[in-house]
Amino acid sequence: MSDLLARFAESAFWLGRYMERAENLARIIDVNETFAQNRDNPEDWLPIVEINADTERFFAAHAEASVESVVHFYVLDRENPTSIVSAVRTARENARMLRHLLSTEVWGHLNVFFNALEQLRREDLRLSELSRLCIWIKEGCQMHEGIAEGTLYRDQVWCFHEIGKYLERADQTTRLLDIKYHRLLPRPEDVGSALDRGQWNALLRSVAGYHAYRRVHPRGMNPSGVAGFLLFDRAFPRAVTVCASQVLAHVSGLDADYRLAGAQVPAERAQALCGELEAARIDAIVADGLHEYLDALQLKIAGITDAMGHGLFGHAPEPGQEQEQAQA
Amino acid sequence: MTSAPRSAEAGPGQIAGYDPGAYYCEMMGRADAPALHTEPIRRQLDALSMDDLKQRAQAAERELYNLGITFTLYSGATSIDRILPFDVVPRVLSPSDWTTIETGVVQRITALNLFLQDVYGAQTVLKDGIVPAELVLGNPNYRPEMHGLPVTHGTYVHICGIDIVRDEAGRFLVLEDNARCPSGVSYVVENRRMMLRAFPDLAKGVSLRAVGDYGPRLQEAMMEVAAPGLDDPQVVLLSPGVYNAAYFEHVFLAREMGVPLVEGQDLLVDEDDRVYMKTTAGRARVDVIYRRINDDFLDPEAFRPDSMLGVPGLLRAFRAGKLTLANAVGTGVADDKAIYAYMPRIIKYYLDQDAILSNVETHICREPEGLSYTNDYLEYLVVKPVGEAGGYGITVGPRATREQISDCRKKLLADPAGYISQPMVGLSVCPTLVDNALEPRHVDLRPFAVTGETTWVLPGGLTRVALPRGSIVVNSSQGGGSKDTWVLE
Repeated sequence: MSDLLARFAESAFWLGRYMERAENLARIIDVNETFAQNRDNPEDWLPIVEINADTERFFAAHAEASVESVVHFYVLDRENPTSIVSAVRTARENARMLRHLLSTEVWGHLNVFFNALEQLRREDLRLSELSRLCIWIKEGCQMHEGIAEGTLYRDQVWCFHEIGKYLERADQTTRLLDIKYHRLLPRPEDVGSALDRGQWNALLRSVAGYHAYRRVHPRGMNPSGVAGFLLFDRAFPRAVTVCASQVLAHVSGLDADYRLAGAQVPAERAQALCGELEAARIDAIVADGLHEYLDALQLKIAGITDAMGHGLFGHAPEPGQEQEQAQA
Repeated sequence: MTSAPRSAEAGPGQIAGYDPGAYYCEMMGRADAPALHTEPIRRQLDALSMDDLKQRAQAAERELYNLGITFTLYSGATSIDRILPFDVVPRVLSPSDWTTIETGVVQRITALNLFLQDVYGAQTVLKDGIVPAELVLGNPNYRPEMHGLPVTHGTYVHICGIDIVRDEAGRFLVLEDNARCPSGVSYVVENRRMMLRAFPDLAKGVSLRAVGDYGPRLQEAMMEVAAPGLDDPQVVLLSPGVYNAAYFEHVFLAREMGVPLVEGQDLLVDEDDRVYMKTTAGRARVDVIYRRINDDFLDPEAFRPDSMLGVPGLLRAFRAGKLTLANAVGTGVADDKAIYAYMPRIIKYYLDQDAILSNVETHICREPEGLSYTNDYLEYLVVKPVGEAGGYGITVGPRATREQISDCRKKLLADPAGYISQPMVGLSVCPTLVDNALEPRHVDLRPFAVTGETTWVLPGGLTRVALPRGSIVVNSSQGGGSKDTWVLE
């Protein structure tokens, strides 16, 4: 059975993608909780809403971006398609479609994880418990990664799952970095202060990169050093450059190993992205505007997704339209 | 009736206080003829404490839930996963009981296929007056489109589930044939896996017929019925999709068969009348479709034009001899309740044999004797509309109110040909874990058979159990659960 239905390719892609998204959402909320100095200050929580481009939907449901409203919106709100519970539900729905091609263990864990997530109530989001909850969610997603790595058969399904995962991780790393940028923007006088350093420190810890960064940069912690590390470090597994080269490897594999002609355009775009990341210099980027650079990266990532849709998932070409779910 | 022979081997444990009353018990047998073959199992069961039994039962149900061995109910944006309640006390069949069922099922399916071949061909069974012609040709499930089209090996019904009950005397009786898209086989296999994990000690010292190779057997049969001359036929399973309540079973079967699980949107029929699936590498040919979609929705070009589930042109591909559909289109005319009544005569007609498995005594109301008997004894009979499936429109005389009886009489007299009647069968029982005790609950049995060139019957089948006390309705929508079915070697 070497042929894979286009629909299943797309399901595998979004399964990988949504689980990675859920993990990163948990990381973002966790790091933001650490950033927030005054927990009632809406300015501390608004950036999460903004970087996810959810402002309109969020304020349709909530008067202000309090810690409670934002955390609920992003963790438990089933009506919100960008919440963690929605991400895991969508991952599970894709897995359900794909189930006969997954290992029983992948499905079993996802099912148990989702059911536990569904049991969460508003009380479980208490600030005192928030970090613990984020860790639990993160670990639930990591367990998925681990079980997938250890049990999924290495066929096209695996490739699509990994492409989804790494595209999402690249995208999320840019968003995580952007949060810090948002916070930095209104108060340039804080740059280099103890508070500022503490926040970069927290950012690195939220992506499990603190100690690695220390090893690479034993002297000091500066914004462009951290940003450069998260974007371009070739050994850091959440760095955008590492994710992009993983995407390239798997997309090229679809072309070379499975002779999928539709993989050529995504492969070209992934190749271009890798080339640009290779050539980029962090100081110049910071000088020109990190936020703008991150925006451009996100568009390129979306461009690869679009090319996958047209070339491999059987979508009609609609340039610039990112298909958000496998099944509308 | 004394309980002495039944509890002779029972220890101080769970079986001691169990009393099946007047019904045949699958575990204990009849009062005058105790079931000796279950003795080692009863002994093991008796050795378990109630706490242990309950704990393991709970663990088993939790595991079914966690593994997603569930049917899903959707309402709007929310979905609820339900497991089919699972009872941990197995239903045990002796080797000789099984031989009766197995040979009876094979005989019945052979006759069903010969009947279908005939009614879509020469129609001798109608010309010879064995079955009234209008009953077949005027049946909504008769598909004139199929007339004169050959099917490989003459097999129309590839997958069949036959509902069997056991009466007070211990006789097996056929209640219903399911020759369209019978479901439930996934539970047979999953219940066994679960049982052997949760109760490895219960099967100690007994040897069970395995159920694990249903998928490979089905796949082989599908290969056998592909159009002749194909090198390596591509089989797929066509599901209505993730929102179908039986989706787990579709996943299960596709996985066990090792074939793609497709939906209508994944397939297309080209101008060359060939079926293709849309893959990441482009189109790939499809030769055999095990479809879990009813005739009506299968092909909007041929049947219901509003079907979103089907694939336009499937029938065209079939007619061109480039596609095998399992089951074939038009099998619904054979498992219809009106035809059911004629099954003993159909078996006799084609095979010149008496039916190994009897029908429940059935009165055909289109025939004058059947109508007058039914009209006279309505309070004692079960009256069923023909042409309906899934238990709809049935009046159970002994349990009905006066209004229901008179309502039923009115409908019966207005359209006698639309009804059959049967006596109420005292279904056999099986010890079932209820709260803190083992109590008798009524069960039926749906053995599954796969037919390619020949027919193979999966040892055992799905035992459904009516969990509410006294209930005889085993449907999952009305408090039914399931049990593992053990066929002893």
